[in-house]
Amino acid sequence: MSDPLFWHRLQFGFTITYHYLFPQLTMGLALLIVVLKGIGLRTGRPEFDDAARFWIRIFGLSFAMGVVTGIPMEFQFGTNWAGFSAKAGGVIGQTLAMEGIFAFFLESSFLALLVWGERKLGPRKHFLAAVALFVGSWASGYFIVTTNAFMQHPVGYTRDANGVLSIADLGAYLANPWGLLEYAHTMCGAAVTGAFAMAAVGAYWSLRGEHAAAARVSLNTGVVAGLIAAMLSAMPTGHEQGRMVAAHQPITLAAMEGHFKSGPKAPLAVIGQPDVAGRKLDNPIELPAVLSYIAYGDFSANVQGLEDFPESEWPTNIELLYFSFHIMVGLGTLFIGLMGIATLWLWRGWLATSRWLLWSIALAFPFPFIANTAGWLSAELGRQPWLIYGIMRTAEGGSPTVHGGSTLFTTLGFAGLYLVLGMLFLMLVAREVEHGPRPLGSPDHD
Amino acid sequence: MEALWFAIAVMVFAVYVVLDGFDFGAGALHLLVARSDGERRQVLAAIGPFWDGNEVWLLAGGGVLFLAFPKVLASGLSGLYLAVFMLLWVLILRGIAIEFRSHVSDGMWRAFWDATFSLASVLAPVLLGAALGNVVRGVPLSADGWFALPLFDSFSPGGALGILDWYTVLSGVTALAVLAHHGALFLTWKTDGDVSSRSRALAARLFPVVVVLWLVATAGTVYVAPHVMGAVAKRPLAIAATLAACVGLATSVLARRRGGDLAAFLGSSAFVLGLLAATAASLYPVWLRSTIDPAWSLTAANAAAAPESLRAGLLWWPFGLVLAVCYTTLIFRHHRGKAHAAAEGEGY
Ligand code: HDD
Ligand code: HEM
Ligand code: HEM
Repeated sequence: MSDPLFWHRLQFGFTITYHYLFPQLTMGLALLIVVLKGIGLRTGRPEFDDAARFWIRIFGLSFAMGVVTGIPMEFQFGTNWAGFSAKAGGVIGQTLAMEGIFAFFLESSFLALLVWGERKLGPRKHFLAAVALFVGSWASGYFIVTTNAFMQHPVGYTRDANGVLSIADLGAYLANPWGLLEYAHTMCGAAVTGAFAMAAVGAYWSLRGEHAAAARVSLNTGVVAGLIAAMLSAMPTGHEQGRMVAAHQPITLAAMEGHFKSGPKAPLAVIGQPDVAGRKLDNPIELPAVLSYIAYGDFSANVQGLEDFPESEWPTNIELLYFSFHIMVGLGTLFIGLMGIATLWLWRGWLATSRWLLWSIALAFPFPFIANTAGWLSAELGRQPWLIYGIMRTAEGGSPTVHGGSTLFTTLGFAGLYLVLGMLFLMLVAREVEHGPRPLGSPDHD
Repeated sequence: MEALWFAIAVMVFAVYVVLDGFDFGAGALHLLVARSDGERRQVLAAIGPFWDGNEVWLLAGGGVLFLAFPKVLASGLSGLYLAVFMLLWVLILRGIAIEFRSHVSDGMWRAFWDATFSLASVLAPVLLGAALGNVVRGVPLSADGWFALPLFDSFSPGGALGILDWYTVLSGVTALAVLAHHGALFLTWKTDGDVSSRSRALAARLFPVVVVLWLVATAGTVYVAPHVMGAVAKRPLAIAATLAACVGLATSVLARRRGGDLAAFLGSSAFVLGLLAATAASLYPVWLRSTIDPAWSLTAANAAAAPESLRAGLLWWPFGLVLAVCYTTLIFRHHRGKAHAAAEGEGY
């Protein structure tokens, strides 16, 4: 425990997990706000603008949390991972600097216009402000995910005798095949979060019989977008990511699946707890040969198990990796089911009156946050023990001079601060939901 | 190419200080210049649309450092670890205070965020100034280019070093005075009514404080880092920047007295830019000076990323800068004219 690396990992893992709770919502809502504003602009129907106005307020709150929790992330590359930054800055510094200059400037410049400018700008320009925020936040996602993809699957770099990395081919680095896929999948995940939040609030208002028009717009948009995004999360993006992992990180795949023994017709575990010391899965319920198919598109393909690899190459936290991955995939499957049913009910005209379904949708909004977090834990724990896959071990990346005491102190500070901010955020969102959409330009007295 | 990136990084950080500096300054004076809720919302309306964009210049500067001088970023941030986290906490509270305040109209809620905002706006310039003080004074870099400093130790730049000692605290307080003056001039220009006249009066009272602290801090630098002051006299760029700072400061006073509020604010901006440019020009090529052995310092040459990376960065960075300047211009144009408190629910 006095190993500083442990505390660096804990601090970074905690703060990034917390940060990502907000961007996934903002990126998802940014897309849906553009959709709502676009429909409102084309059809001139006021309920779309009313619903958009409500969601823009939620967006503003979530954006503020994303900004203040994001700034520490940028600095933590230097404070916590100084060894890594000094060696890899010549490569990953490119995308981190691009994110600041291409994405953050765009977002931060137009945020106030989107949140406060509807009356002054008029419908068309206000729509453009929404588009600017959408482009900015999705660009931000691209740059940061490309940075992460380099750590998962390094391309486009050279390395000198001291192990210092630099860019050899900027185009290849930016078009990292792992990164493009990771980006597509991550954005689908964000859209799921946004859509579920929208549908949940719509369902809640419907159950209470409040704000009927905005409730209908939010519910219907959320349900349809939720189904599309959930399906795209699984197929093709999630599935292709799995194949990418199988091709480039076979040890990770074995660990994610709790797959210890090599062999053809590898089964996919649905339930079971990995016993790493005993090298087996307890009380497994398995789908025979499915893992072989998922990984290599062939039911009889050989899938290497962990036993094929030296233990020094195994991910360091196989238990959490296994559960994270299974939680993501399990939830992803449930999402498709729930939104599939809801879309069917919507199409048949039963959704608005089906109370059990509205209750289910209203209660479902936390789960995409869990699925996204679990997905990132799969990716980041699966990468271990490498910091940059095949190039640099996590143990070499820490800050050589920062000791555990300092890191624990600041981690505790963050824990307290983030707890309070999280509670305030939830309280303000709850107030907005209670209040419902505001008419344009009426002073509010709450 | 290292020199170019050194200049780019310095420029971005200097623009950051000028821009975020005016909203730090406005925040530090918030409770003094704005008494009623309406007046406080007027101050927030003046900086609200800008503060986040201003702060992005800090991230952009960090990005440039990361891309071009990764070792400087890594060594500096890890060595000043505790101060960096305190700055982060202050920035978090400040951003949240600005964004959350307007959501509830309760008096206690708003009083709490006003105080938080003001306190955070006082601490941020002090911490940033102290960080600059560390750069000027030097840090105990070892042969492999790393260092670690506790928050404070002997409190003397000559004894056992800490992040805070009398010199770096002096830099921090000077930074606070300079930016408070800067923020007062911004509010004088951007607001009207009582807020503007109170800001004008405060700017007049802060001016002598700025001059005195600047002179004291300069004397401190002569004592703590004589080589830096020596370089100022020998380098034309440093002399020019110092002159620009003096002209800027003079403009800020003369224009304020004549009611040229925008000119006064621009004068103060030139003052801040000039100070930072003079400091950078006299430090160059050193980023972080080792107090143990000057040969171990991190410089633009020995801490730069490989030439391929520097060249790749030049391919796209200028375009990004042009875009950023366009957005900033657009936003300042959209919000031109005096800032007024918005109706409840329609602004900060
Ligand atoms: C709502 C969110 C969500 C949902 C429903 C899913 N995922 Fe996911 N998944 C993510 C959110 C996510 C993520 C947070 O966006 C991750 C983390 C890193 C990344 O690229 O995306 C991720 C990573 C990720 C990885 C990469 C792991 C690694 O890099 O080691 C794989 C193989 C999958 N997912 C597979 C799936 C499959 C087969 C799903 C089918 C149901 C699925 N995901 C649903
Ligand atoms: C928001 C989603 C993310 C989550 C939840 C997440 C989670 C984590 C966790 C839990 C760790 C610690 C792993 C361990 O030490 O065992 C970690 C490490 C790390 N992550 Fe992420 N991460 C996310 C996104 C990113 C992105 C986008 C990047 C890069 C730009 C990144 C860079 C790193 C680095 C540098 C480390 C430290 C080195 C290491 O432990 O391997 N993370 N992350
Ligand atoms: C899964 C990974 C991540 C994604 C998709 C992501 C995306 C975003 C987005 C869309 C924003 C805008 C604010 C918001 O929407 O809430 C944001 C804010 C921010 N993020 Fe992240 N982020 C991720 C991880 C990281 C990491 C690893 C860093 C550190 C380098 C980081 C640094 C920042 C910063 C500094 C901001 C504030 C920007 C501002 O002031 O406008 N993010 N992030």
